[in-house]
Amino acid sequence: MSVVTLKIDGVDVAIAAGSSVMQAAQEASVEIPRLCYLEGLSTVGSCRLCVVEIAGINKLLPACTTEVREGMDVTTQSPKLQDYRRMVLELLFGEGNHVCAICVANGNCELQDMAIAVGMDHSRFPYRFPDRKADLSHTQFGIDHNRCILCTRCVRVCDEIEGAHVWDVSQRGEFCHITSGLDQPWGDVDACTACGKCVDACPTGAIFRKNDTTGEKVGDREKLEFLVKARENREWVR
Amino acid sequence: MSVQNQPTATVAPEKPQKSASDNKSKKSDNKSKKKESDRRYKALDMTMKRHHYEADALIEVLHKAQDTFGYLEEDVLRHVAKGLKLPLSRVYGVATFYHLFSLKPGGEHTCVVCLGTACHVKGASELLADLEAELGIKVGETTSDGKISLLGARCIGTCGLAPAIVIDEVVSGKQTSEETIKQIKDALAQ
Repeated sequence: MSVVTLKIDGVDVAIAAGSSVMQAAQEASVEIPRLCYLEGLSTVGSCRLCVVEIAGINKLLPACTTEVREGMDVTTQSPKLQDYRRMVLELLFGEGNHVCAICVANGNCELQDMAIAVGMDHSRFPYRFPDRKADLSHTQFGIDHNRCILCTRCVRVCDEIEGAHVWDVSQRGEFCHITSGLDQPWGDVDACTACGKCVDACPTGAIFRKNDTTGEKVGDREKLEFLVKARENREWVR
Repeated sequence: MSVQNQPTATVAPEKPQKSASDNKSKKSDNKSKKKESDRRYKALDMTMKRHHYEADALIEVLHKAQDTFGYLEEDVLRHVAKGLKLPLSRVYGVATFYHLFSLKPGGEHTCVVCLGTACHVKGASELLADLEAELGIKVGETTSDGKISLLGARCIGTCGLAPAIVIDEVVSGKQTSEETIKQIKDALAQ
């Protein structure tokens, strides 16, 4: 296995070739903001929060889908990046109906955490207030599309880890939304095993357990990472 | 994936069940018999076979289904998902992403109004509004008697004819609302 050496925010890192800049940053203990990235799942690079600057390349590149190269010099924090990330978050907040005060995930929401991390205190863009639905047909869980940011973590976790592929993205543009089965109510989808992995994968309060009320959803993302590692490395003790 | 292993009432019973005692199995029996004799499903199966039931032939197969059935009903989507070994949600996602696919039955006739830049400048939006008022439906809908569907398109490539419309695959250019309404009435009278 060949090893690549690179610099992330001035820290030297050596990591296996083929790894992503995101993984290298983790190795160097550098935190890169992210929403659609979840360790153990395939990467899609859709949220654009993890964009970084790489010396010699004048485009910003997403850390999660960019492969490491020998001698790379990566910058993860700069005023320009901060600006871009803030704008991404403002657009996300403007796109859906995100009302923290009445959300199950209040205080334990990655969207909220990211907004705080990049210093977003208001949105410069008008809110769209789209007319979105909630589906409470499942016996244990519910999905509220108002809080969905279309990160597709639930789609990937259900397909890649549980192997049920209940979720997918349907329609396009402003009508884009997460669908279960053939646009059936979630509770009617035969493939769903009610494993709850999508609840833990969801960065916001869009997918939740039914008995949770405001601020009560506590996602266990580490559990998913543990599960993947356990399968890969045969380590069943956390 | 577990999707294919779950027999559903619509696609499951390949062999007719002998004890068709309850209503549900009787109904699905009829359905599967209907499917076996339906030439349209045969055509669909042949298309899937020609593509070796490869998952990446999904769009190709949906095109064939749209051509033969006119629209993509739920049964057809389930049939395709089963044939290509794809999750239902993936098939649904692809079918709803492309504007060429329709999940609702279209009208006997279609009227497409081009809403491209040139047509817009020449008043296509007002034309469309007039047609909506005349037919009593919104763009993308079909009249309740199933006679005509009103559709919008993003540039049909005949900008010199702006504003352009397509009635039953015949393009007409430089339209006024009165002309278009007359053409629609002619098409409906045929």
